[in-house]
Order: sequence, then structure tokens, then C-alpha cells
Amino acid sequence: MKILVCVKQVPDTNEVKIDPVKGTLIREGVPSILNPDDANALEAALAIKDTEPNVTVSVLTMGPPQASEMLRECLAMGADDAYLLSDRAFGGADTWSTSNTLAAGIRKIGDLDIIFAGRQAIDGDTAQVGSQTAQRLDVPVVTYVQDIELQGDKVIVQRQMEDGYELIEVATPCLLTAVKELNEPRYMSISNIVNACKKEITVWGHEDINLSPENCGLKASPTQVFRSFTPASKGKGEMLNGTVKEMSTSLISKLKGLHVI
Amino acid sequence: MIFNEQHELIRKLARDFAKNELTSDVLDKIEETDIFPAELLKKMGKAGFFGIKIPQELGGSGSDHRGYAIVMEEIARESAVASLYVSSPNSLGGGPLLLSGTAEQLEKYLKPVVTGEKILAFALTEPGAGSDAGGMTTTAVEDGDCYVLNGRKTFITMAPFSDYAVVYAKTDMSRGTKGITAFIIDMKMDGVSCGKPEHKMGLIGCATSDIILENVRVSKADMLGELNQGFTNAMKTLDVGRIGVAAQSIGVAQAALDASIQYAKDRKQFGRRIADFQGISFMIADMATKLQAAKHLVYDAAYKKDTNQNATTAASMAKYFASEICNEICAKAVQIHGGYGYMKDYRVERLYRDCRVFTIYEGTSQVQQIVIAGQLLKK
Repeated sequence: MKILVCVKQVPDTNEVKIDPVKGTLIREGVPSILNPDDANALEAALAIKDTEPNVTVSVLTMGPPQASEMLRECLAMGADDAYLLSDRAFGGADTWSTSNTLAAGIRKIGDLDIIFAGRQAIDGDTAQVGSQTAQRLDVPVVTYVQDIELQGDKVIVQRQMEDGYELIEVATPCLLTAVKELNEPRYMSISNIVNACKKEITVWGHEDINLSPENCGLKASPTQVFRSFTPASKGKGEMLNGTVKEMSTSLISKLKGLHVI
Repeated sequence: MIFNEQHELIRKLARDFAKNELTSDVLDKIEETDIFPAELLKKMGKAGFFGIKIPQELGGSGSDHRGYAIVMEEIARESAVASLYVSSPNSLGGGPLLLSGTAEQLEKYLKPVVTGEKILAFALTEPGAGSDAGGMTTTAVEDGDCYVLNGRKTFITMAPFSDYAVVYAKTDMSRGTKGITAFIIDMKMDGVSCGKPEHKMGLIGCATSDIILENVRVSKADMLGELNQGFTNAMKTLDVGRIGVAAQSIGVAQAALDASIQYAKDRKQFGRRIADFQGISFMIADMATKLQAAKHLVYDAAYKKDTNQNATTAASMAKYFASEICNEICAKAVQIHGGYGYMKDYRVERLYRDCRVFTIYEGTSQVQQIVIAGQLLKK
């Protein structure tokens, strides 16, 4: 069984600064980490490898050369091999363009039974890339997966809802996006670190995955960032005290004062 | 560069592990009960902390002395007692076996120690033979296919819950240090018993006691290394051990420095942060400078070991300097915390007690001075 996990290197903080001109994130000086939901996706794959025979787990990312540090960490958690899609042409991609590039990379790897991805990345928070990639590969997708059970060539998953979950049976090959409730990601281990440092990470540019430069990166991104900004803090809310009657009277007079009602 | 990508990842693992698992709740409970949770040991074993520099074919992780020093430092930064559990299988426990063990001995004794299934103690010190290890009086007398051991070992870390111990005994009373041989004993053998656990100043959560040997019959197959070569084995083991204690020292010193910086910024007296007084800020500058110097000594000693250079002087210098400045830094940390630093509610109180033994065990500072001077003034 071949499993692939799509991962992303993201800045490790909510206090990243935004380039006032380009409207993109300034990444310099901010430590980078494996996106948290992607760690859950990787753990799901490794847990299958722990219990089933003949499972290989690969990790795939698109990013700058330094994303290989994060891939090395994935190998040190127990992944078998790692692929980095890295090319100047891939830069500035929106989700449409990213999923196109990832899908091209996945086609080249080929013959996969399950593709995992995190629900969303903490830098963009779009939660679009997983589903889009599945669409491009023409495989079924289940998002927000909080539990997985393998049954031959199908998978029974729980899809997290706000007030419960859906039980979905899906045929492989398929793509599943993981939420943090799915599992607790493991630590790296020292022997896996030692072995990971001996492994080669496969790096592919646009030619390797048969994409022309105009179909990658910023050029192939229909999304245009109009403006990025930090919303002004709303300040503290006001807590009302007293009996229900006192509080409702006070609330009504305040809302009337603000001309809301 | 002293460190490579492997070492950076090991530091990240050890740091993440220590921060997530060695929380103040867990550590307070260990301090209160004197029991180190088995669950935690299991997790440490899974992360590979018990066989860091032991080859993978022997069940270890296949890293090196720098990897070992990094784990010791980062674990000790959160908990000195937890780092003792890391040092035992890697250093004093596993070390003698790795140096002199036969293939059968490695398979039987080292493998389960590295995975954390079994615990192995290192028994060299005796009531009357501390720094002067050669003055030991425990004897091993040949009798058929066995050696019969008699004597008493003291201050043996983890003895009360060990499965095995490496014991050093005199096989030839007339030859001093050249008449010592190492043996592996099973702690459940007839004639082996432990004294009651000592009440220690610090490192609570890791019992230390005597091991008493009364006519213990050890098979010749369990002799470790060659006859009368035990002292060399012990001294080589202690070489690595010194790097471990030095790494513990910089970890604990870092914790004391971090706590002092935080406290100096938070605490206000005379209307301003105490960090704004030179009396405090200069102390912190001093602590940070000495710690940085100690780190370089420790990493240098580990690097020398990894590159097969003579590391005896470097390891002694690292152990001597790092353990001394760790005590100095922890004492200053308590001073900066004032009355609060004397209270168990504050972390520096424990650091101060835990580090006191660093200048004592695995060769006192004075023994390190003897080693360093001896290397420099060799005829």
C-alpha cells in the first residue's frame, strides 16, 4: 500500500508581519514549522504503516529549498521518502495554482492508495488545496476526517461536523484531509533522525512534472490579493450584571442608544 | 561547524519532548513521591533517548557523543533527574558493555537496556574507595567455572530497581588498579542485596543505595572484558560519563539563567524592575558569559570524542568548569529571586539542590584537576 502525505512549511506564529506593498507574508526571521494539521495527516499515515504490512509513506510539499528541513523532520517521524516541488516558477501561487502543481507531482509519483493532507494551513487558512487537488486527480475526497478505519480497498471515515460527525465509506484511491482530533502526532526518534539525514530528498522543478511555467505559480493564479491587513482590535466586550430582568432592560437601552433597534 | 543537521533535529526533538512531557505538574509529583513514572520512561525509550550513541545493530539509535550531549542538556534543562535516566543506559550502564562486552553479552544485557526494558547499574564506588577507586576491597575469587564476589558498593544510582549491575572487584589484591576485573551480575542472584535508599539533597526520583555482595557466584561467561583489565574499562567509561555530567550542568545552568532573566524583568522594587539595577543585571551578564564558555567546552569535548581525538583532558575540563559554574549560576539565581528563591514554589530552589552533586559525582572537581594536570605535566 502506498500512502502520500501533502505537507506545508508554515511560519510558527500568529504575529507574522505583512508586506504593506505586496500584501504577502514576510517570512524572514520567523521560525518555520510543519503545519499542525499536516502533522496529524502524517501521523494517520504512519499509524497505518505501524499496523499494516508493506506500507510505504511518502511526503510531498511545494516550497522554497529550505522546505527540505521540514521534509527531513517528516522523515525523522518515520516517513519513507520525501519529494520537494521547488522552482522559481512555482512562486506566488494561490490555491488554484498550488493544487495544479501538487497534482502534477502526485501524478508523477503515481500508484497511490491514500493521499492525506491537513485540513488547512495556519498561514493561509483557506482549506481549499486538499479538495482542489483531489478534484484535479479525479479521486474522491473527504474533508475534516477525525477517524479512519481501513477495510480492504475502501476506507470508513468519520467526517467532523459542528454538532457530530458523518460516517462515510470511500473507495481508494482517495484523498482525506485531517483535523487535529484525528490523533496525536508522534515525536521524531533519534534513530529515525540518524536515518533521515542519510536519505536523499527528491527535488522536482516544473519540467520534471511536465508543467509549463505559465501554468505554475503567480502567472497561473487567478486570485489577486487586493489588500492584507491586521484587523483593528475590537477591545473588550462589556459584561452585564444583575438579574435577567435588569440585564435585559440594560441591554435594550444600550442597543437603542446605539440605534441598533 | 560543531553541529550538523542531525544534531539540530535531535535538539528539536529533545526540546519538544522536554517541554511537552516534563511539565511542572509531572516534576512536582516526582519530587513529592520520589517515584519517576514508568510511563515517562517508556516514552523516553521510544524517542530513543536510552541508546543515543549506541549502534543501531545493537538496538541503539546510532547517533554520536554530540547527539548524546544535546539530549542530556535539553532534558536537564527541564529536569535534572530525568536526565539521569538518559545518562545511565548511554553512559555508565551501557558504556562498560559497549567497551568490553562480547557479542553474547551485548545481545543479552545491552539490547534490553537500550530499549528501556531493563535497567543496569554501574557499581564502582565503595564506602572506603571514592575518588581512590583503586582502593576498593570487594573481592572476586576464582572457583571452578565461577568467580565468588564479596564486598559492598555504595552510592549506586538506581541500584534498588536495577535488573543488572556492572561490578568492579579485585581479582588480584597485590596489583592495585591492575588487579581489578569487571563482572556483570543479575540483581536477583543469590547473595545480592541492596541497602535502603539514601535520603539525598537533590535529584529526587531516582533511588541510590548500596549493593551488598555475599558469596555471589558469577559465571565466568559474565566476566566483562579481560581479567585484571577492569580499571581501564571503568576509567574509559567515566571519560564519556564526564561529558554527560558536563552536559547536565549546562542544561540546569540554562534553566537557572532563564528563570533569573524572567524574574528580574517581572519583579519590581523601589519602583522599577530589579533588572534595571546593576547589582542584578551584572550578575546576569556574568552568568550568561560563563554558561556560554561552558557550552563550548562541552561541545568541544563531545566533538573530540566523535572525531576519535584524545578527549580525556577536554572531558575533564568540560566537567570541571561546567559543574562549577552551574553551581555558581544556580546560587546566583537563588540570590536574584531573594526570599522567593528559598521557597520550594520557585523552580530555582530545586535547581540549586539538584546541581550540588555535579561537582562531586563521576569524579569530583578536584579529581578533574588531577586528571587535567596529569595530562599536562606528564613526564
